[in-house]
Amino acid sequence: MTALVVDALTVAFGRFTALDAVSLAVDPGEVRAVIGPNGAGKTTLLDVISGITKPVSGRVMLGDRIDLTKRSEVEIARAGVRRKFQKPSVFPALTVRENLEIGCGPPLPARDRPDRIASVLGEIGLGPRAEVPAGRLAHGEKQWLEIGMVLAAEPALLLLDEPVAGLSDAETAETAALIRSLRRPDRAILVIEHDMGFVEAIADRVTVLHEGRTLYEGSMAGARAEPRVIEVFLGR
Amino acid sequence: MSGAVQTALAAPAGPARRAVRDPLVAGLVGLCLAAAAGLLVAPPAPYLVNALGQLAAFAILAVSLDLVWGYLGILSLGHGLFFAIGGYVCAMHLLAHGVAVTGVLPDFVQFMGWKSLPAYWVGLDHAPYALVLALALAGLVAFVFGLASFRSRVNGVYFSIISQALVYVAMLLMYRNDTGLGGNNGMTGFPLLFGWPMGSPGVVTGLAVAALLTLAAILAGTRLLVGTAIGRRMLACRDDETRLRTLGYSTTRLKLGIWCLSAMIAALAGILYVPQVGIINPRVLAPDLSIEIAVWVAIGGLGRLGGAVIGAILVNGLKFWLSAAMPEAWPFILSGLVLLVVLVLPNGLLDLVGWRPRPTWLRGAR
Repeated sequence: MTALVVDALTVAFGRFTALDAVSLAVDPGEVRAVIGPNGAGKTTLLDVISGITKPVSGRVMLGDRIDLTKRSEVEIARAGVRRKFQKPSVFPALTVRENLEIGCGPPLPARDRPDRIASVLGEIGLGPRAEVPAGRLAHGEKQWLEIGMVLAAEPALLLLDEPVAGLSDAETAETAALIRSLRRPDRAILVIEHDMGFVEAIADRVTVLHEGRTLYEGSMAGARAEPRVIEVFLGR
Repeated sequence: MSGAVQTALAAPAGPARRAVRDPLVAGLVGLCLAAAAGLLVAPPAPYLVNALGQLAAFAILAVSLDLVWGYLGILSLGHGLFFAIGGYVCAMHLLAHGVAVTGVLPDFVQFMGWKSLPAYWVGLDHAPYALVLALALAGLVAFVFGLASFRSRVNGVYFSIISQALVYVAMLLMYRNDTGLGGNNGMTGFPLLFGWPMGSPGVVTGLAVAALLTLAAILAGTRLLVGTAIGRRMLACRDDETRLRTLGYSTTRLKLGIWCLSAMIAALAGILYVPQVGIINPRVLAPDLSIEIAVWVAIGGLGRLGGAVIGAILVNGLKFWLSAAMPEAWPFILSGLVLLVVLVLPNGLLDLVGWRPRPTWLRGAR
């Protein structure tokens, strides 16, 4: 079984083709990084997978069963897909604990939530900040809280859109360790990132997008050696 | 990180800590109950009793708007529509009740040359049916409009403009004499309330007490609601609807439910208002009146139910006084008040007492 199959996906905004017949397959347990210069279509890819954008053609199969392009954001989330947005998207008026409580998702019964929340608080290291309104957190804490919110639902497919954008080197290293610890046999993780060192630290394989097309797929070391990748992205 | 786990486990979680602590709302509820008791024991001059009752009805209307605007981010500039639905159905009941008791047809029916009330007035002389009809009608109109808007993701200013258009269309409809609801003169001359002569001191006091008790109940009920998990989802939806949806929550259902609840509360306010002023006409559907409701909420304190009550009472109290004392100046005073709030007190008058801007913050660690 494959965790996620993106099959000949094409997305257009007016006359601009954001994704041009992109295909990729992510195995369960795999951490896949999608890299590429600005405008390559990385965030559009996540938008389609999470149901925010509908494609012109192509399919996105979750676990060989569900075609996500035919489902709403809510149905996709309930199927076990969670996304961390690029801009830290937490609910500022709610406390850290309340954010995580919502993150648990509708299917989890209320009596099971305190345990789940406590374990996630531990994972993201925000236990002492549990009762603080999320609006008052520092940028890095918001990033972690949002990762915690998407983790609280124990997703089968985790989408991370630039999880270390704007973080310090120390915070980036901590986040890399956190993401490595999230790896599970029944979970696929798809990460979009600009930070090459970070990608190297977490990803099993990388997919390089350029102008809406797949340029390369394979190991990060291989990507670094690939002349076309160097030309459009790494060599800048 | 194990230390963090222990801290998290040690912190009392869940609803136990979540006892509603909102001194403002508690104080206002207490004040309503005390005022109601005071009116029963030693009623002041009837015009004061009446004014107090009207203020309570406006406060209920303000709470209904704050519920969707302050907590869900949906600014309705057409809440007068739901207020008017309650008011019109209440007026129909009062007139139908009068016809049932006295046999005399209302003026506007005679004016139209009709021999009886139109067919759709049937049964409205029964108060419980009228009450259910008013609430159901407001809920239904809200449901249809809300479903169409929220499903097609009409949000923000677009929603506000459409809600304004809706109340305007309703006004044009009610201005037509052949609508059978009094046309541009509206409906007035209500003879009786539950068999008692309208305008007698007992009825005036009874209506004001009913409005105050309803306000207390609505305020307490909505405050409890926003303290629950649903209330937290409302704040989440207000601040980032896409985020909430991608966490697996149907925001359409959430918004639709609260929107309909808000419409029914507004209708309740209209039901309580009309017998106290003794008239309803299409003016209540004027767009500027619906905008004024938003002004009350903004002045008192958006996103705090107690603030909405204070705003409604303050602005309308000033209006009762100043529109009689210096009617030409009132629009300028109101505009000045709006500018003052926008420029100096972005969270409304409650900023003056150093109130925290969000109810949830009251529960934060400090």
